[in-house]
Amino acid sequence: MKPAPFVHHAPRTLEEAVAVLGEVGHDGKVLAGGQSLIPLLSMRLASPAHLVDVNGVAGLDAVEVTDTHVRVGALVRHAGLERHDGAAAALPLLRQALRNVAHPAIRTRGTTVGSIAHADPSGEMPAVTVLTGGVVEAAGPRGRREIAAADFFTGPLETTLAEDELVVAVRFGLLPAGTRTGFVESARRSGDYALAGVALAVGMDGDVVTSATASFVSVTPVPDVLDLGPALAGRSVGDLPLDDVAELVRSHVGPESDIHAPADYRRMLAAELTRRVLTTTTTPTEGAA
Amino acid sequence: MTDAATEQLLEITLRVNGVRRTASAPARRLLSDFLRHDLGLTGTHVGCEHGVCGACTVLLDGEPARACLVFAVTAQAHEVTTVEGIGHDPANLSPVQQAFAECHALQCGFCTPGFITTITAYLDENPQPTPEEAREAISGNLCRCTGYQNIVKAVVRASEIVREREEETR
Repeated sequence: MKPAPFVHHAPRTLEEAVAVLGEVGHDGKVLAGGQSLIPLLSMRLASPAHLVDVNGVAGLDAVEVTDTHVRVGALVRHAGLERHDGAAAALPLLRQALRNVAHPAIRTRGTTVGSIAHADPSGEMPAVTVLTGGVVEAAGPRGRREIAAADFFTGPLETTLAEDELVVAVRFGLLPAGTRTGFVESARRSGDYALAGVALAVGMDGDVVTSATASFVSVTPVPDVLDLGPALAGRSVGDLPLDDVAELVRSHVGPESDIHAPADYRRMLAAELTRRVLTTTTTPTEGAA
Repeated sequence: MTDAATEQLLEITLRVNGVRRTASAPARRLLSDFLRHDLGLTGTHVGCEHGVCGACTVLLDGEPARACLVFAVTAQAHEVTTVEGIGHDPANLSPVQQAFAECHALQCGFCTPGFITTITAYLDENPQPTPEEAREAISGNLCRCTGYQNIVKAVVRASEIVREREEETR
């Protein structure tokens, strides 16, 4: 269980990192937190000839909160973003979701942006990226570009990022004032990969729901947004059609069976978790943005 | 450009338990192996080697991290604390080590170094955990003897010992 040999590159600037990536092309892989990549290397599921270790690159570790988004640099660790009070105040869903990312000892090293670039369907932060209409900022030999979250994820562990590009930052969009959010997931052991998980955003006018969207963890091949508005808009908190919502979720998700749980169980779990998080999020005093 | 097939050897310098240590190792050397094989610090135990079991947990700049999920070369700029750095004198145990002894929180002891480092960092963050919080705090560490009840007790007891020692030195 050891990684295959590779050449280690330690660029100090983004320009150097991009230059090395351009040179090594498809033989290269970017290393930031490494909490998903190093297990893949150790199990020899991946054996890139070159690792571009960006941990020494200056200027990638900032969190910026503006009127429209929370911008997270490529070297911001999950634990750092989780502790960031400004980010949590602007977009509570970030902290709600990050508490579910692996174990604390993984969150101290793993980066939020790396987890998005890794595009694992069982990752929490890809689901948050799509739900908030996030934007991925990439840099490569052909310059910089921005990719909307909806156009970024193309399959399990697959994105529209080119082999010689790296993600510099991700901007999470702020939700309209008054939006309530919630995040819940279920795993065999707290902190392990979720069997199913749900991120939820609900617009409210008093106790009447005006809009509702959800995205999912571990039950869709690519994180996408399910509009629950048709079932919920105009309904008051005491009168939510939870069975209709559960049915919408059941028909939307497409989980796979594996050693941990059959597809049917994950489908049921996604529907039940949505029902629960919808109830807690719309309950007064909880989940207010 | 260097060929990956020929192993790239690097001079790696780490600050471990307050001491600067240098050794030559390949770029692919995991921090867990660097500590054990290259520096002879065998207190850090290696279990699953893919981040699940927590046996290799060390502190990087005071925060818990899986030593099997960090390359030694990446850890160069960091302060590493292993279980040896938390205490290796039986007459002068750290609060967490003393609590483990008092509560019989170890059986075979293989997972213990990872628990000690994890709990030491956790108590800095939450000095007075409830048993429920203690349970959550250790959820990332596996004990194959399944001795979790006494480990949970030890987390709570360790927080008491920290306070008792503070009062003694007052």
